[in-house]
Amino acid sequence: MRLEYFQMVDRIAELDPAGGTVRAECRVPEASPVFEGHFPGYPLLPGVLMIEAMAQTGGWLVLAVLRFRRMPFLAQVKEAKLRTFVTPGQALQVEARLLHDGSGYAMVESSIASGERKVADAQITYRVVPFPNDTLHAQMLETARRIAVPECFMNG
Amino acid sequence: MPSTFETVAGIISETCDIPRENITPDSHAINDLGIDSLDFLDVAFAIDKAFGIKMPLEQWTQDVNEGRVSSDQYFVLKDLCANIDNLVAAKVV
Repeated sequence: MRLEYFQMVDRIAELDPAGGTVRAECRVPEASPVFEGHFPGYPLLPGVLMIEAMAQTGGWLVLAVLRFRRMPFLAQVKEAKLRTFVTPGQALQVEARLLHDGSGYAMVESSIASGERKVADAQITYRVVPFPNDTLHAQMLETARRIAVPECFMNG
Repeated sequence: MPSTFETVAGIISETCDIPRENITPDSHAINDLGIDSLDFLDVAFAIDKAFGIKMPLEQWTQDVNEGRVSSDQYFVLKDLCANIDNLVAAKVV
């Protein structure tokens, strides 16, 4: 995770667009300016960034389902539960399952675990729209390669 | 078996917290019932699931935005239900 750049996913470990599932690996950095404020002397991963990690993981799934032809933007978070504190250096496993690929929107349910321990879960809705420009599209493809999204899910 | 309208009205009432008695076949989902675009995604999700369809919201929105059709055609509930019935019929064939 590079929290300052909102890069929450380190690696896509499993991705099955046909089955509508994804699993990502995310390691909380040992140090980040975020921890200077959240909280001084007691660093914790902000809950909103746990939600962001779930949203991004589900977002990669939606992108793969759509073969990167459209971009999912976070629109709604429901039933978010932040169950435990997350501290620097902790390894997180983030999963998402596609609930529905609608017309112009998609929904997933996502969860975070750390080992056997449940960390967080939520239901997430995206607005799914054409890429607003080529720069974003190219950047998403580049990031997808960096985090090991299989090339076969990037076009077609 | 409830009619398409009864099912849709129930979904809207539950999803958007609108009293069921305020929802009629002539209600416009946006102009009369005040459902905004985000709430309509929840409605669309529930309708898609209930009827096993995928309402073409993007196409409908484009049609309205480009002035090809009035929004009434898609968002007045009796017309919305007719569109849902057509999608269900197309699915069966």
